[in-house]
Amino acid sequence: MSWVTQTFSSSLGRKLIMSLTGLFLCTFLVVHVSGNLQLFNHDEGYGFNKYAAFMSTFTPIRVVSYGLYAFILWHAVQGLWLAKDNRKARGAQRYVVVHNQSTWASRNMALLGTMLLLYIVVHMHDFWYVYHYGDVPYRQYEESLVTGEISSTPYTGQPIKGRLEEYVREDSQTRVTIVKDLYKETTVAFSNPLLVLFYVLGMAALAYHLVHGFWSAFQTLGWNHPKYNPLIRFLGVWVFGIGIPLAFAAMPIYFYIKSLGA
Amino acid sequence: MATSPKLDAKIPDGPLETKWTKYRSTVPLVNPANKRSLEIIVIGTGLAGASAAATLAELGYKVKAFCFQDSPRRAHSIAAQGGINAAKNYQNDGDSVYRLFYDTIKGGDYRARESNVYRLAEVSGNIIDQCVAAGVPFAREYGGLLSNRSFGGTQVQRTFYAAGQTGQQLLLGAYSGLQRQVGAGNIAMYTRHEMLDVVMIDGKCRGIIARNLITGELERHFGHAVLICSGGYGNVFYLSTNAMGSNVTAAWKAHKKGAFFGNPCFTQIHPTCIPVSGDHQSKLTLMSESLRNDGRIWVPKKKDDNRPADQIPEDERDYYLERRYPAFGNLVPRDIASRAAKERCDAGYGVGTSKMAVYLDYYAAYERYGKGEVNKRGIHNASADQILQLGKAVVKEKYGNLFDMYKQITGEDPYQVPMRIYPAVHYTMGGLWVDYNLMTTVPGLYALGEANFSDHGANRLGASALMQGLADGYFVIPYTIGAYLASEIRTKAISTDHPAFVQAEKEVNDRITKLISIKGTKSPEAYHKELGKIMWDKCGMARNEQGLKEAIQEIRALKKEFWSNVKVMGDVDEFNPELDKANRVADFIELGELMCMDALDRNESCGGHFREEYQTEEGEAKRDDENYMYVSAWEYQGESQWELHKEELNYENIKIAQRSYK
Amino acid sequence: MEGNMNLTLQVWRQKNSRTEGRMETYQLSGISEDMSFLEMFDVLNEQLVHEGKDPVSFDHDCREGICGACSMYINGRPHGPLQGVTTCQLHMRSFKDGDTIVVEPWRAQAFPVIKDLVTDRAAFDRIISAGGYISVNTGNAQDANAIPVAKENADASFMAAACIGCGACVAACKNASAMLFTSAKISQLALLPQGEAERTARAKKMVAQMDEEGFGACTNTGACAAECPKGISMENIARMNREFFVAEIGTKD
Repeated sequence: MSWVTQTFSSSLGRKLIMSLTGLFLCTFLVVHVSGNLQLFNHDEGYGFNKYAAFMSTFTPIRVVSYGLYAFILWHAVQGLWLAKDNRKARGAQRYVVVHNQSTWASRNMALLGTMLLLYIVVHMHDFWYVYHYGDVPYRQYEESLVTGEISSTPYTGQPIKGRLEEYVREDSQTRVTIVKDLYKETTVAFSNPLLVLFYVLGMAALAYHLVHGFWSAFQTLGWNHPKYNPLIRFLGVWVFGIGIPLAFAAMPIYFYIKSLGA
Repeated sequence: MATSPKLDAKIPDGPLETKWTKYRSTVPLVNPANKRSLEIIVIGTGLAGASAAATLAELGYKVKAFCFQDSPRRAHSIAAQGGINAAKNYQNDGDSVYRLFYDTIKGGDYRARESNVYRLAEVSGNIIDQCVAAGVPFAREYGGLLSNRSFGGTQVQRTFYAAGQTGQQLLLGAYSGLQRQVGAGNIAMYTRHEMLDVVMIDGKCRGIIARNLITGELERHFGHAVLICSGGYGNVFYLSTNAMGSNVTAAWKAHKKGAFFGNPCFTQIHPTCIPVSGDHQSKLTLMSESLRNDGRIWVPKKKDDNRPADQIPEDERDYYLERRYPAFGNLVPRDIASRAAKERCDAGYGVGTSKMAVYLDYYAAYERYGKGEVNKRGIHNASADQILQLGKAVVKEKYGNLFDMYKQITGEDPYQVPMRIYPAVHYTMGGLWVDYNLMTTVPGLYALGEANFSDHGANRLGASALMQGLADGYFVIPYTIGAYLASEIRTKAISTDHPAFVQAEKEVNDRITKLISIKGTKSPEAYHKELGKIMWDKCGMARNEQGLKEAIQEIRALKKEFWSNVKVMGDVDEFNPELDKANRVADFIELGELMCMDALDRNESCGGHFREEYQTEEGEAKRDDENYMYVSAWEYQGESQWELHKEELNYENIKIAQRSYK
Repeated sequence: MEGNMNLTLQVWRQKNSRTEGRMETYQLSGISEDMSFLEMFDVLNEQLVHEGKDPVSFDHDCREGICGACSMYINGRPHGPLQGVTTCQLHMRSFKDGDTIVVEPWRAQAFPVIKDLVTDRAAFDRIISAGGYISVNTGNAQDANAIPVAKENADASFMAAACIGCGACVAACKNASAMLFTSAKISQLALLPQGEAERTARAKKMVAQMDEEGFGACTNTGACAAECPKGISMENIARMNREFFVAEIGTKD
């Protein structure tokens, strides 16, 4: 057996993969949430739609995103495989009474992970699939280069090539942007309370998964040091466990509330 | 008095200082090719057994090791707390091989063999080297070098330690060496196996019968030599600081097959144990003797004083050890400290509900350490309370685990109230008689560690048991076994179908069948308890002729009752701890009788053996060197029949004196 | 009768490794709160023998918390409700009159039940055999003070070496993982200069043996360290991971 297979088939090696893929997914979350925060802009989706178009067309990002999908799958498959083996290690006979001295989240990473996988499938279908292969309308934005004012209308002209077309009017006063209107898709999708609930639950699962998962990844990497543990714990709980899931969960809620007012 | 012709100690000639080095260089060797075909059986995996098995396997012998526990790591050496002595003189306080030798002989009340003890002191330093190299994490100073503490019976700091878990760390070190050889295939390890007989062929020991404690199967194992490293027999008293499973069975079977039993009555009662709390008590817990370094022992000056300790003013306290033995104070040897506690309690000055306890008080230590800390940290005008808190923190670092253990067992917080302690059976100096090579009177049968009688005379000094176990296993037997095995290289492995094996197995089987078929009314545990009570009352800390004679009669009656009324539940061919226990109790009963006979024979007081008839006016032990300066070695001759052989002790390098710690 | 506690015990009974087990209920009275948990079991067994029933088998030896033999899973926790205490050091004052106490053996694929509450923990010995030692033959050693060891490292090594091999970590872990046990030994030796020579080989071999025995992986739940009677820290698991990864990536084989 080569050292590579030996390392990555061992219990520690498999955990190492969980840790590295998990941390990669954490960095993705940071990017994802910061981009998506543009949903809260009062620009009728101008910034967000441009961002979405950029992310799905810029080659380096596209390469990374395929890596991301692979890592999600790897993380999930490896995790489920570990969970299966771990269950087997306990033996056929279970305890009658259990008072485990550990956090609920830490004991249920596989369950939380499965919920997240389900969430990702729905989420990818709702937005990624629709955006790439569905019938998403275009929107035309006109940004005044003098006042910065933005106005928009549904685009009904000739079909454009690609997801975004941008030009400045001849009078050099207005920038016209025609872009796939994912913002509109988002608005429509999150007017459905059931979907909002599903997303909020998904983010709750993410919160619990990361409250344990983030520091756990460092522990698996062997990074357990009295000096730096507080920082990792802080990031794990406040940034990844609470901040990011909260920001994500705010989005569907925001659109739902908006839809009530409309 | 002359030594019995049956007892040849084989002490090498020459001056004491060169006996061992010279002998080591001249003892016959076995060449590596022959070692591979020589099989050695090791019974017990404590410090002596594990170190012997590992070392012999390293040398190339084929080793089989047996223990009754589920893992060799659980042998009772693991429970030793305080430390291990070695004449390293790292503290530059005047220690030397001779001084360790001298302290050990004196501490043993001049009843140990000079040559063996000197050898022990000589190899003591190597033990520390070996253990450190094997990864034993001894306590260290800030400079990174090893730390030492002082212990009872000595005036130098020569005790190496690992918090209050020295035995654990040393055993795990020896165990890792053992497991390394198991992994390498040089040792076949048999856990949950109990040795139930020695197999003799043509007057030599050639193997054992062992019982697989999981399946109940009897197994025959051949060996060119058998090493009994099965520890002591303190559990004959039922309550002792020994582990529940510690037993005399292996040594006793050897004894019945011809190995003489040396000094069986020499029992060590440890002064600092947690007192008995009730009838349910199954064992006693020791508090390391190192606690006496800093604690002060006292009782009220007034009889039946029921005030809580903190309400008894300083001048109404009797620090009886400091009063009686000003030179050593609270650090007198164990036998003396134990007897002094018993004397005070018997006289009605005991404390606690049972009145069978004395105080071990740390208040003075809190103050002393607290003041030290205040100076170190440059705190001015520290309040008394602040000093006390700082002192408690220092004590916590040194003895924290012991204090926690006390609290756990008694439910009292020893940082707030003084601990209550009382003596308890702890160690047995007696054991199978061995010569300089550690061989018993049976050729090919050896005894190491606490299982033999050899080095501690009538009283063992603290931190010397670990030293002896490892000395025997690491540095003595690997050399001395050559003296016998060099002449055995032509002996091919004997088939275990040999009639002697068949016969021995049959005898063991018959006995087990008998035990289980009695189907009486009382559990083995109940008989053990009764035996313990007889032994403690009449052959315990103080003994007298009348009591011992009564005890012998009572034990004989108990034996008779046991063999007609014991109730052993379960079957033979299964995991059956009740049966294991019955087997062991049966042997303890026989041993108890011999201990009483030995105590009766020895008309003197020495070390752990205190005969009430033989004491000075101040109540100190009165030795009789004229008539009793010998090792008693008992030869088994049939049920309740023994013949006493004497090995005369000659002191050529030590001036014998009345032992004084005043 | 020494005390006045009445208890209901539910105890796992299993004749041997080949037969199925089940919970049995026993009533006990007259228990004193000064008794240790095992002494309470002694009382139960005396009662069972008296009634002509098979007493409950359980592992125990030193009864002072150091040998690591005792191993009862009490009310859903290894070694019972207290922290830093083995079963033998648990006293009945931790329970109340009228309590029901559920007692089970360690449950792990790698620790098969031998009888009742007794399990086979030989897997631990095999993990040590795989590399939990320093290969120093007797007589090889240099003077004990020849290599100074920083007190901090010596102390940390000792803290890891305090492991008693009881298996509570495995019993507590939802994955029946033996990482705390294995890492304690790897840490002890990795922290000492004496352990340096075999450092990489040790980490690889011990981890491989641990996996082969069928213990689970680590989810870092921390239940092991929370239940360890000797307070072995999870820092040791992190250290083992470092040792292992460095060994796998940094060595030639």
